[in-house]
Amino acid sequence: MTPIAWIISGLVLLTSGGLLLSRDWRLALGFLGIQYLAVFWLTSLHWPISMAAIKLVTGWMAIATLGITRLNIKDVEAEPDQPWPQGRLFRIFMAGIVTVIVIAAAPSVEEIIPGIGIPVIAGSLVLMGLGLLHLGITVDPFRVILGLLTTLSGFEALYAALESSTLVAAMLSTVNLGLALVGAYLLTARSPEESV
Amino acid sequence: MSAPLLWIILPAALAIPSLLIYNRRILAIFGGGLAVLLGVIALVVPIDQAIQVGSFSIKIAPDMDILGRRLILTTADGSLLIILYGLVAMWLFGGEVTGTAYPLTPIGLMVMALLVASIAVEPFLYAAILIEIAVLLSIPLLLPLNQTPGPGVMRFLVYQTLGMPFILFAGWLLAGVESSPGDLALAIQSATILGLGFAFLLAMFPLYVWLPMLAEEASPYVLGFLFWVMPTITIIFGMSFLDRYSWLRSSAQLSQVLSLGGLLMVVTGGLWSAFQRHLGRQMAYAVIAETGFSLLAFNLSADKAVDAIFLLIIPRSLALLVWAMSLTELKKQVAPLRFGAVQGMARKYPLTAAGLILAHFSVAGFPLLAGFPIRLALWEGLASQSLGVAFWFLVGVLGLLTGATRTLAVLVMAPQGSDWELQERWGPGIMIGIGVLGLFLLGIFPQIFRPIMADLPAMFEHLGK
Repeated sequence: MTPIAWIISGLVLLTSGGLLLSRDWRLALGFLGIQYLAVFWLTSLHWPISMAAIKLVTGWMAIATLGITRLNIKDVEAEPDQPWPQGRLFRIFMAGIVTVIVIAAAPSVEEIIPGIGIPVIAGSLVLMGLGLLHLGITVDPFRVILGLLTTLSGFEALYAALESSTLVAAMLSTVNLGLALVGAYLLTARSPEESV
Repeated sequence: MSAPLLWIILPAALAIPSLLIYNRRILAIFGGGLAVLLGVIALVVPIDQAIQVGSFSIKIAPDMDILGRRLILTTADGSLLIILYGLVAMWLFGGEVTGTAYPLTPIGLMVMALLVASIAVEPFLYAAILIEIAVLLSIPLLLPLNQTPGPGVMRFLVYQTLGMPFILFAGWLLAGVESSPGDLALAIQSATILGLGFAFLLAMFPLYVWLPMLAEEASPYVLGFLFWVMPTITIIFGMSFLDRYSWLRSSAQLSQVLSLGGLLMVVTGGLWSAFQRHLGRQMAYAVIAETGFSLLAFNLSADKAVDAIFLLIIPRSLALLVWAMSLTELKKQVAPLRFGAVQGMARKYPLTAAGLILAHFSVAGFPLLAGFPIRLALWEGLASQSLGVAFWFLVGVLGLLTGATRTLAVLVMAPQGSDWELQERWGPGIMIGIGVLGLFLLGIFPQIFRPIMADLPAMFEHLGK
């Protein structure tokens, strides 16, 4: 189990890093789709496959919602000038720092939540860390929703080991779908001057 | 018939078809009427007690199973339901005159149902997810489709969403602390994570930056509704934690953290409010200070703290209702609501201006207004514990009063010799007038809601005992 779990954690790092770096929305949603597959695998280590599949189905439904909405919106210009650095190199550097922090913190978290396994903890922390980093460097609604979905995926992968209630699974799925719908709403909302 | 079905499922279910009612007057009457009905039922029919009506016997069962977990509203929750649905009714009726009935009525009912569910759900920890769903639902309220999303609404979404994972995770850790009470490190870790979760949800210092931003972007009326309902339910949710975990309740460190956090919010909210030149931002900073008052109330002696926290609910709602209604009325005439634009408006809209100023003064705790009795009791209680805390409390209140005085000066500042040109609309004017009367009534007779409020501490098994 462990080698595969480590590979999945590595995949999570690649997809969440890819989400952070990609500028094309189609590519970003592709990364998110693979990421949900990895989260499904991490969750299935503690939940029955049928319940873990909820994460995958919900995630992909969220992606479909965002994708269909984004498809109907003409490409907008890049984000306006921000006071913080935005370059690819900066993002890679920051993602590296987050990864180092996760590697350092994972064993300590394992002491608090024993029995989950370091690969799952590392994967979850990478998702949460890079999701938060994503949220910290953007104000674009589409990117903010991607950041929130990534952060929540990380939390859910970890929380699945602690809580196996059907109600919680259902409510967290509602939150994920709700976030996607809110994202779709935010993408559609435009002032009349901008719509023209 | 079960209580969760009546006070949670029914309003949520009826909110969905109400989305199809486009006549805002009918919509407001429907929503407000439903809320009044639910409040009256809570008042007349006690939960889990049979009452005889002619040859019929009616009994509302307290619980309902849902996906292996329970929603439970006990007899003690009845008083809170009366207050919550009574106040929601006022907000929904007000939606008609402010022109916000759509989408306030359907979404407001759904948000309220979810927040009542957050009080009813067992284990209570899951309330965090229900509050998050309510936050997601409130986005269309804050941002109409014809408005570009601003930084305020984005930060609101991010900050409120981040609160949920922290609280859920802290809940799991707290259970661990309960089973091994000697593990100090685990206790500190769980309390810190829990604190972070509530700091996000309650927009505690310094995580409240989105509040003033949102106040510039969104409709003041829907914002006022959310500024009232969200912190109120979150604080009750926080009280459930204290009620459940005795070590948390008796922790001296938690008391210090709440005191410091509350004080920082009162002082910064009050002082920043004094320096604002935008009326919406002033309301946002006053809301921050209000939340600070609630946090400070936790530091009163055990028997008084719960009473004080509940006593803050009605004055807060009434003041925000009048304030938000007045701001919405002014915003229809001038936008943005900057001092330069609203100068001298008291000569055109005297009732609106009076409502705005008196609501502001009420939040600051000015004598004879609704906020005064509870502010005084709170100040007295804090002064008996620490004069330093009482001093900084005063600084915050003085900041709020300064802000109110500046608003008053700006609203009445008309060029010399200019005449009164009354342009007040009757509908909003009457509603604001009734609200102002309510502010005075609550200030002069604070005990009028005492019979309902007296049962509220019974919601908690240990807290306040």
